[in-house]
Formats: sequence, structure tokens, C-alpha cells
Amino acid sequence: MSASAHARRDDGRPADYLSDTSVASWLLTTDHKRVGILYMLSVTLFFFVGGVIAGLMRLELMTPRGDVMSTPDAYNRMFTMHGVIMIFFFLVPAIPGVLGNFLLPLMIGARDLAFPKINLLSWYVYMIGGVMGVWILVYGGVDTGWTFYTPFSTMYSNTYVVTAAVAVFITGFSSILTGLNFIVTVHTMRAPGMTWFRLPLFVWSHYATALIMVLGTPVLAISVVLIGLERLFQFGIFDPKLGGDPILFQHLFWFYSHPAVYIMVLPGFAVISEIIPCFSRRPIFGYRFIAFASVAIAIFGFLVWGHHMFVSGQSMYAGAVFSILSFLVAIPSAIKVFNWTATLYKGSLRFDTPMLYAMGFMGLFTIGGLTGLMLASLAIDVHVHDTYFVVAHFHYIMVGGTTMAYLGGVHFWWPKITGRTYSELWGKLSALLVFVGFNLTFFPQFLLGYLGMPRRYFEYRPEFQVLNVMSTAGASILAVGFVLPLFYLLLSLRKAPDAGPNPWGATGLEWQVESPPTTHNFHEPVLVTCGPYMYSPEEAEREYASQHVHTA
Amino acid sequence: MQASTSTLPDAGTGRQILLSHFDDLDQQHLSSNLGMWFFLVSEVMFFSGLIGAYAVYRALSPVAFERASGHMDLWVGFFNTLVLLTSSLTMALAVRCSQIGDNRGIVRYLIATAVLGTVFLGVKGFEWKQEIDHHLLPGPHFVVPAEDAEALRAVSVGTDGQFDPVKYARNLGHFQMMFVLYFFMTGVHAFHMIVGVAAVLIFAVLAQIRWFSGYGTTQIEVLGLYWHFVDVVWVFLYPLLYLIG
Repeated sequence: MSASAHARRDDGRPADYLSDTSVASWLLTTDHKRVGILYMLSVTLFFFVGGVIAGLMRLELMTPRGDVMSTPDAYNRMFTMHGVIMIFFFLVPAIPGVLGNFLLPLMIGARDLAFPKINLLSWYVYMIGGVMGVWILVYGGVDTGWTFYTPFSTMYSNTYVVTAAVAVFITGFSSILTGLNFIVTVHTMRAPGMTWFRLPLFVWSHYATALIMVLGTPVLAISVVLIGLERLFQFGIFDPKLGGDPILFQHLFWFYSHPAVYIMVLPGFAVISEIIPCFSRRPIFGYRFIAFASVAIAIFGFLVWGHHMFVSGQSMYAGAVFSILSFLVAIPSAIKVFNWTATLYKGSLRFDTPMLYAMGFMGLFTIGGLTGLMLASLAIDVHVHDTYFVVAHFHYIMVGGTTMAYLGGVHFWWPKITGRTYSELWGKLSALLVFVGFNLTFFPQFLLGYLGMPRRYFEYRPEFQVLNVMSTAGASILAVGFVLPLFYLLLSLRKAPDAGPNPWGATGLEWQVESPPTTHNFHEPVLVTCGPYMYSPEEAEREYASQHVHTA
Repeated sequence: MQASTSTLPDAGTGRQILLSHFDDLDQQHLSSNLGMWFFLVSEVMFFSGLIGAYAVYRALSPVAFERASGHMDLWVGFFNTLVLLTSSLTMALAVRCSQIGDNRGIVRYLIATAVLGTVFLGVKGFEWKQEIDHHLLPGPHFVVPAEDAEALRAVSVGTDGQFDPVKYARNLGHFQMMFVLYFFMTGVHAFHMIVGVAAVLIFAVLAQIRWFSGYGTTQIEVLGLYWHFVDVVWVFLYPLLYLIG
């Protein structure tokens, strides 16, 4: 692909989407790639804010007595802020906001998303919510837990619940706007020849995610508005004395927040479905099954919210139905894991950094998913409800799944996004540290929960200390694993672009343009003539022989 | 695209401007429309949680909901329904005018739509004032009217035919819950109306100064979708809130 006819940068390289470096050009950009970078900067910031809070919590939990934080309430505020920041400001926007924004138009052969201005607006809306979140943190925090359960949040808590509700409400709109943009883009902006079954699975997964964003987020919005009104005017909607019902809030909240789990993890599937075939040099196994599994997860996800409420006084029959439906969600998830595994079978595997993250994802997500099945069983859930077992379970999904996938995706597309390669040695080391540190942090929590240590307390019985010390030790390793990429990825920016268009020899339209891409992505009209993942052993040899840019 | 005598891409006449990331006008038009449709799907979910709550509590205490609904003036509501349906007609006519390139028609019908929308809001505000004056706004000042309390007492009987105080308290609570849902749902609807009226007025000004290319066919159609949706929400709210008593 020739870029000779196009404008050049000062240093003689062809102009790309990063060429214009003025602050205004960044803050007013409507380029999906630049909006992706803006998201990358912000989610990284929020991730480390949430991470520092997690570190403080683990420090507190190293000893059975409360000693690091002054009061139990300070601890309550810490775990609430950790949850709010990590979920609403990191996990939900991370992969769709960064990688989705950057890659979706490139992958379908479009010049931009359907609504570039709305895309930029979504980032601003997100930042307003995020800044409010940090403001709350600085001025004292919220102590309700990220779930804002009534009646505590509406009648008793004397912290910034209304501000937090507004922040979550606003951030929700950012996610609706992103979802809308993705859906419309996939429908109308595909290049000629890019049929639905030629779409990369990354796009399918993001489409399913976008559906959940558009359908689920408004219900969360309405729930937090009701919380705000109830606190300000005592309407009585959640107050039993006035005819209200605190459980109504749980229904409304989980109707969004369970599907939101899939908002967080489906984009992770998106990334893994791209990495696994590339580093196995094989077409993905069962393309249509994986594609439809994403949509099935999006649909089933809306029918299982009651499994958060097994002990909330919901009827036993409702509990049984929700339990069965929750088992059903495991089927499409398992289809994906089995298909990725089948893709590995007899592939010529290469263990580069993205692949290490992807393999880590598969193992950890499987553990997280299987313990999810345990929690969906009524009897076991009654035993371990609100214990560390639940905490360990969802961290295996959210950190072991989504965060690993996000890091894998960032490492996979970093050469495309920046045009630079990074140090493979450091990359592999950090992937290893994250994997080891993660398991050391959260596996003991399964045991703690099973033994009966409740979540959300800042003191615990002395016999739990050994496992808690292990968990805290793991958290410090995990922290190193998360900080390392920050350094070597940023250091890679110091050198001249050396990645070439396709350092991994991957298929997909995004790898056929230069790295970093130009503002309008493609120089000539795109025509798609074949499906995705056309990997073969011969092609692998050819690719690696002709490029040999990348050495491990 | 409508037939055009001018080939110039200038504002107010001729064809719509094609944004650089689209291939052709059809794609651009389809994208805008689809975007609004999916936004409306999102809006449906915004109201559906509330309507779900309404269904659950009405099933639990049907009499309380009927008594509460009796306090709403169904003829005022009927008048408002007529006003809103007429505004949908004028909005549809504005969309039609944009398709045939009648700029004066666009401005005229948009203003008519905004006026009708404002009438609706005024009547709604008048209704709210009445209800608040009768202490029917949920909160510390809420009072269950004596005759309703009496009627609810009469139906609050246990399986043994005796008066059941727990049921009575729940019925009184759900009487208030109906008003919570009434004020909240009509309030959220009114908020959408205010946004709609503001947007319609802005569009009328923009059409007047011929800011749109191609008579704003796409933009006005998208605005029309939003307006009709807000209308349809009222068509659901009116029977649920006014007509069950």
C-alpha cells in the first residue's frame, strides 16, 4: 500500500492519524482512532486510581484487626470506591472504548464510526462522570458498596450517594452512545463484500456488547435516578413504611448490572477470538458458533438477574427458575472456550506476549465461569452468599478475564496503534507476573469464602490470616505486573516506528494498512473477497519469511 | 432524494451535504435513522422498568391502584391525548414538507408542533398543581383521602374474613406507590416533551435561516421519530394511569 502521494510529517515519514499534535486537535478530534487513544489514557488513569485503593484494602486485610484505616467506615468507603471506579470507569469502557473504537471501523473497512461527533461526545460524558467519581473519592467517598442497595443508600448512609448516583447516571449515557454508534456502524458502514459472516468475531462480540449497552443501561439510569429522588424528597418508593419496597431496587439494579457483567466480558471474548487464531496460525474453529454464542449471551444475560437475590426473600420458585436460566448462560460461554481450545489443537503455536495473556484468559475465565455455576446453584449460594467466594469468583471473571483480555489486546494491537514494537522479554515477564500474582491474590479468597469469611468487613477472625497474607502478597506481585507495561509500552514510543503494517502476520483489514493508520484509514476503496482468519501453515511460512520484522 | 432544480450544494436548496466518512447519501440517511431507532429502543427500556414495577404493584393491590386512578381527571387527560396526537400530525406534515422541499411549510408545522407540545405541558402542569394541592404528591405531606382509606379498609380482609391490619397498611402504601409512579412517569415523559419542544423550536429557527442542506430531510425525519415516540409513550401512560379507575 503506497502512501507516497499523501502528506508527509516533518521528519519525512508519511502523515498518519497521530501527526497533528496540538492539544486542540486532540480535544476536538472526531477520528475514531484518536477517541480510542483518549479513552486509553482515561481508563488507564482510573485503573490505577482503583488499583491503589485495592492495594490499601489488601494492606488493611493483612492483619485480622483494623489497623491501616482509621475506622471501619473508611474501609467501607474504600471498597465502594474501588468497585465504582473499576466497574463504571474502567471495566465497562475499557475494551469497547479503547480497542473497539480504534478497531471496529478498520475491521469492517470503514473510514470512521457512523457518528464521529457522538463518539467524541461519549468520551466527554464519560470524563464528566469520571471526574465526579474522583471528586467524591477526594471529598470522602460513598459507603454503600457499588450496588447502592436500599434502604441503606436511601435512608441511612450519610455520604455522597446522590453525587455518586449522578456520576453513574452520566457515565451510563456514555455507554449508551458508544453502543448506539457500534450498532449503527456495523449495520450501515461495512465495506462492499463484508458480509455478516465475514466479520471478524471481534465485531460480532462488540455488536452483542452494544446491544446490552443500549438495552440495559437505561434501566440502571432509572434506578439511580429513583435513589436520588428518594434521598432528596422521601417519595417512599423504596421505603416499606410508605408502601415502597427495597427489593424493587435490587430487581431494577440487577436487571442492568447482571447484563453489565457481559458488557465487561464480551469484549474480552472479542479480543481473545482475534489473538488465538493468529498465534495458532489456524482459522478459528466454529466461527458461526462463536458469533451466535455472543448474541446468545447478550440475550440470556437479561434473564438471570434474580440469581443475585437468592437470599433477598425472592420466592423459591423464582429462585429455581433463575438458577436454571443461569446454568443456561454457561452453554454459550463454554462453546467459546471449547472452540478456542479446538483452534489451538494442532496449530503452530507461538507464545508471544498477547498469546500469553490469551492463554491466561482462557484458564482464569474458565475457573471464574465454573465457580459461577456453583454460585448459580441455590444450595451452594445460600452457603457462600456474601462471602469471599463471590469476591474471588467475579474477580476471576473481571480481572482474570476482562483485564487480561484488555492487556492482551493492547499488546496485540500496540504495533498497529503506535507503529512501535515493544520489548518482548518485558512483555512476557509482565504477563507471567500478572498470571502468578492474580492467582496468588484470588485463589486463597475462594478458600476463605468457603470457610465462611464474609466480604466487606475490615476485621476478621485470626484463623483466616494465613490465606489473607497470601492474598495480599499476591496483590503486590499483581501490582508490579500491571505497572510494568506502563513503562515498557511508553518507552517504546521513544523510538521511530518499526512495526511495519503487519508484525504478527495476522489476517484482518486493520493489518493491511500502515501502522499507525492514516486519518481516513484506507487509501483506496475496500473490497472484501474472503472470510476472516484465513490462516494456513503455508501462509504462515510465507508471512514470516517475507516480514521477519518481529523477533521474539 | 427529491427532484431539485439546483445542482449547487448550497444550504437550503438542493441535495444534502455528504459527510466525508459516508459513501453516499442513502448510507448517511439510513445511518441517522437507524441511530434514532436504536436510541428509541434504549428509551423504551428507560420506561419499561417503571411499567414493570407498575404491573407488579397493581397486581398486588388492584383496588388501591383503581382508587388512586380515580383522582385523575380522565377528560383532562383525554384532551391532552388529543393535543399530543394532533402535534404528531403536524410533525408528520413537517417531515413531508422537508421531503418535497417546502421550507415555509417546515417552519409553519414545526412551530405548530411546538405550540401543541407547550399546551400539553401547560395542561399537565395544571393537573400536577391540583394533585399537589390535594396532598397527593408522595412524600412527607402525602395524605390518603378519607373515603379511599375507608374503601381500602373494606377490602383489607384476611382469609378468615376478618380485617387484616397488615394488608391494610400495604394497601395504603400501594395507594401512595401509584402516585409515586404517576408523578415519576409523567414527570419523565414531561422531561422528554421539554427536550422535544426545545429541539423542535431550534429546528424551526434553523429551517427559517436555511441552515440545513437539502431542506434537512434527514434531520427533520429523525426529530420526527423522537417526537412520535414521546407521543406513543403517552398513549401507553394515559390508559395505565387514568383509565383503570
